[in-house]
Amino acid sequence: MGIGDRPKYDIAAILIYTALVFIGLFSIYSAAPVLEYTSITDINQVYGKQFLFIGVCALLIIIILAIEVKFYEQFAGLIYVVSMLSLAGLYIFGKEVNGAVSWYPIGSFTFQPSEFAKFATALAVAKFLSQLNVSLKNVRDFMIVAGIIALPALLIVPQPDPGSALIYTAFFFALHREGLSLWYLSLGIIALALFLAALVINIWWIILIIVVVVAIIYLLSRKRKHNKRLPKPRIYLYVIATFICIAYTLSTSYIFNNILEDRHRNRIDIVLGRVQDDAGIGYNINQSMIAIGNGGWAGKPLEEATQTRGGYVPEQHTDFVFSAIGEVSGLLGTSITILLFMFLIYRIIIMAERQRNQFARIYGYGVAGIFFLHFFVNVGMVIGLLPTVGIPLPFMSYGGSGLMGFTILLFIFIKLDAHRMSYDH
Amino acid sequence: MKKLLLFSIVTLVGLTFIGRMIYLQVVISEELKLEAENNSVKTVYDYPERGFIYDRNGELMVANQVAYDVMVIPKETGDFDLNKLAGLLKMDESRLEKKLKTARIWSTKQASVIIPQLTQEEYAPLQEQLRKFPGFYIQRRSLRKYQVDHSASVLGYIREVNQGKINEDDYYVQGDLAGKSGIELQYEKELRGEKGYKKYTRDHYGRAIESYKNGSSDLAPIAGTDLTVTLDKELQEYAEKLMINKRGGIVAIEPKTGEILSLITAPNYDPSLLMGRDRSKNINAILRDTVRLPDVNRVLQGQYAPGSPFKVINALIGLQEGVTTPQERFRCNHGYDYGGRKKMACHSHASPLAMSKGIAESCNAYFAQVYRRIIEKGETSSQGMDTWHDHVTSFGLGNYLGYDLPVGQPGRIPDGEYYTSRYKYKWYAPTTISNAIGQGEVAVTPIQLANMTAAIANRGYFYTPHIIKKMNGEPIDNPKYTTKNFTTIDAKHFEPVIEGMNEVYNSGTAKYVKIPEIEICGKTGTVENFAKVNGVRKQQTDHSVFIAFAPKDDPKIAIAVFIENGYWGSRYAAKIASLLIEKHIKGEITRTDLEDYLMSHSLEYEYAKKLGKEPYNINVAVDQGLITDEKERKLHQLVDSLNLKILK
Ligand SMILES: [Zn+2]
Repeated sequence: MGIGDRPKYDIAAILIYTALVFIGLFSIYSAAPVLEYTSITDINQVYGKQFLFIGVCALLIIIILAIEVKFYEQFAGLIYVVSMLSLAGLYIFGKEVNGAVSWYPIGSFTFQPSEFAKFATALAVAKFLSQLNVSLKNVRDFMIVAGIIALPALLIVPQPDPGSALIYTAFFFALHREGLSLWYLSLGIIALALFLAALVINIWWIILIIVVVVAIIYLLSRKRKHNKRLPKPRIYLYVIATFICIAYTLSTSYIFNNILEDRHRNRIDIVLGRVQDDAGIGYNINQSMIAIGNGGWAGKPLEEATQTRGGYVPEQHTDFVFSAIGEVSGLLGTSITILLFMFLIYRIIIMAERQRNQFARIYGYGVAGIFFLHFFVNVGMVIGLLPTVGIPLPFMSYGGSGLMGFTILLFIFIKLDAHRMSYDH
Repeated sequence: MKKLLLFSIVTLVGLTFIGRMIYLQVVISEELKLEAENNSVKTVYDYPERGFIYDRNGELMVANQVAYDVMVIPKETGDFDLNKLAGLLKMDESRLEKKLKTARIWSTKQASVIIPQLTQEEYAPLQEQLRKFPGFYIQRRSLRKYQVDHSASVLGYIREVNQGKINEDDYYVQGDLAGKSGIELQYEKELRGEKGYKKYTRDHYGRAIESYKNGSSDLAPIAGTDLTVTLDKELQEYAEKLMINKRGGIVAIEPKTGEILSLITAPNYDPSLLMGRDRSKNINAILRDTVRLPDVNRVLQGQYAPGSPFKVINALIGLQEGVTTPQERFRCNHGYDYGGRKKMACHSHASPLAMSKGIAESCNAYFAQVYRRIIEKGETSSQGMDTWHDHVTSFGLGNYLGYDLPVGQPGRIPDGEYYTSRYKYKWYAPTTISNAIGQGEVAVTPIQLANMTAAIANRGYFYTPHIIKKMNGEPIDNPKYTTKNFTTIDAKHFEPVIEGMNEVYNSGTAKYVKIPEIEICGKTGTVENFAKVNGVRKQQTDHSVFIAFAPKDDPKIAIAVFIENGYWGSRYAAKIASLLIEKHIKGEITRTDLEDYLMSHSLEYEYAKKLGKEPYNINVAVDQGLITDEKERKLHQLVDSLNLKILK
């Protein structure tokens, strides 16, 4: 053997992980819905439980790092299958909490399989795509990958937990890295833009805009006949594209107004500024922003962090934990947290890029994408830039399943990375 | 490119988020902090006791009492028997339901008042029963306790502030009480003190958690200032009694200081009527009584023609301008022919008369001639009129005077410009001749008349009339009230005029109301007046007016009395003035016959004429209005004012 013998664990990633976990613990402590604070290890309080979960995670990390590195690739398929079964099993054995059947009861604790489905899916995608004869250019292979990603999402949506399902779009980044055209992303963006436009602008204006834009593109492409990289400007293609866009717009408008449930519609309406409703559904976001603003530059001592202490932000120790950081640690704390997340994702990308083996790289990109999407959707919601979507902030939100799921996700990659010199096909 | 996509998006998103954090935590942080405070800081106000009001002799007039508000926190009520609660609160079920709905709309978490200001007696039976209704409770608050059953209009009252007041003065919050009229309004800032507050942080259920910032932002209340006012409680009470069944007003001023000894407007009401459960009903009855106008302070806001008392001013101006002397005699031929076939009539008396007797007999011809000379002394009538106007206004007539009560009227003293703009053609002194005898265009408020009397008593100056005497026992130190305002008349000219006013008592129009051992100087007035009856302007029975000061050489009181439709000066006004002077100077009443007359005579029949459909005569010389039934004595006429409304 040689240089690659000794595993080299990425200290930077581990330090960032540790920092986030403890900032999270402190924030959960601040946001705990209690009248009197007790010891941080008080197992009857959420912070005590989170402390316990961190301990469990430390054990998990040791186990993950101790397991033979090949295990993850070899058993990816099995892990995926077990994970999907655990999701499906919820419909039979699940326990309803807050109107969603997302948990298995285990003693006094609950277990949320969707938090573990993420790393399982990441492993499965990496495993499938890293096979020598598999290519995204092949329609059949692409459909299989899409299926691997879509299955957990489809199992999670009806729980209902649309937020967790949404996270699976994060695999786009892994697929793009492996050659999937940006056009797919563009299509997604166009679809989203048309959807939002259909809500705020009169439908006839949108149709007019579509026609004008398509016409301009058509005219531009005729002038560039010599450019062979663009498809030939066949007029019927453009006409079809126009009709698809219009049909899509009309149908989203119909879906939004007739099929979406009120609560979903309301959330979107509030972020779009179509309604002002600080007391109703907008209450959470508004209270969250008040708490953050109250923190100011440097934050407030716990006894003066009135919003966090008074429990004004609902779900503050779970999905809205970032607002507690905002009030208690101010701009200083929030910026550091945002930067830590940015550095963590950068670090994972850098680590992924240095992998010799495709399995580890795809997995790395899957991890980075999942962290990014959680960070983007959660913080975006808490600071009032995105609609309310109930997903946790990795490492920081209260919850054992979440913390363990994210820890496993990250540390499998750290394990793969540590063996990058010796680990090959 | 494909290696950079996620990298770039993370950077873009991260920087956007940091930008957003700067926006939330720096740019609009202050606004959000305010919202946070609104959310979570519960302010509990600590109201200091409102200052007491004492009269000039240290007698308590207004103190405080505890009252009880029935409160509700809609969120905490749960289900309850509306009918039973309505019965307990002695309220209409529908009205209670409406109140509860209003409370819910205002706030479900915060308390609203359901019934304000119950008295101790009203509250006692509720105390136990209300416990059975969660979400309802009783809150103590401090209210006024009146030690007197008179003087309501000058004392004023306090009421819950309305939204307008809250908007214009951010001291006040919903539910605060503030002075609404009279002394309570004028000295609101002093009386109320400064409320303090304690701040608590509360959680989202509204429960107090702990003292906010360890109490560092709490504010201790500052006690209200006790006021000593210039009024004499006894004189005030006596004066109001004499005004029984009459409309009008009295102002008495101490000439040496400008202190208002008495300020009465009639009809008045018991200030306690504005307390307790029926207070809203009573306030509305007062405000809506468009017949008696108990809400109008007649001595401050009523503008009347002064009548004959104004003649003494013309005499003084005549002397100052040198157009006559005290000795010059003027002829009276049952009046004065002032051009063409126009004549100002006069009653029957000896003629010709010099100044002293002219005043005593109140000879119209005498003053018409003096007035004409004053106006004609000017190069033009307009200039003469301006000179006259300046002299008159130097007595505090024709302007707001500057006293410390919140309402008033300037009255009207015409000048040259007034007539020039009124008449297109050239005008002469005779055109304005009514001014000579205090009729015509001249209009004054009773307090101006009293102040004018004080200026005469002082032989040429007055202090701005005022009601405040001491604050927290310390005499006030306001140059506005301690600086002499000089009239334009030299002191030497006052003696002959004062002699004339003294003669009024000795031989003139007021000789029947003389008081033994007190030298009084006065002047009666009988004022023609008009009112719209059923849309037609009709002359009414004359007003009875009287001004006086006493003692002649060391004046202690100057007084003006105005009785609406009181026939003639000595019939009502002079009697009242005499009694009040005697009461103030001697402390006792020797002329009980005058007192009996006033207390047993009502002018209600006179006021009722205007309301009836029957044609009627005015100035009927027969003595009417004798009160035979004790029940008809209505010091506080509020009760039947509602009946009157129905009559109308
Ligand atoms: Zn005469």
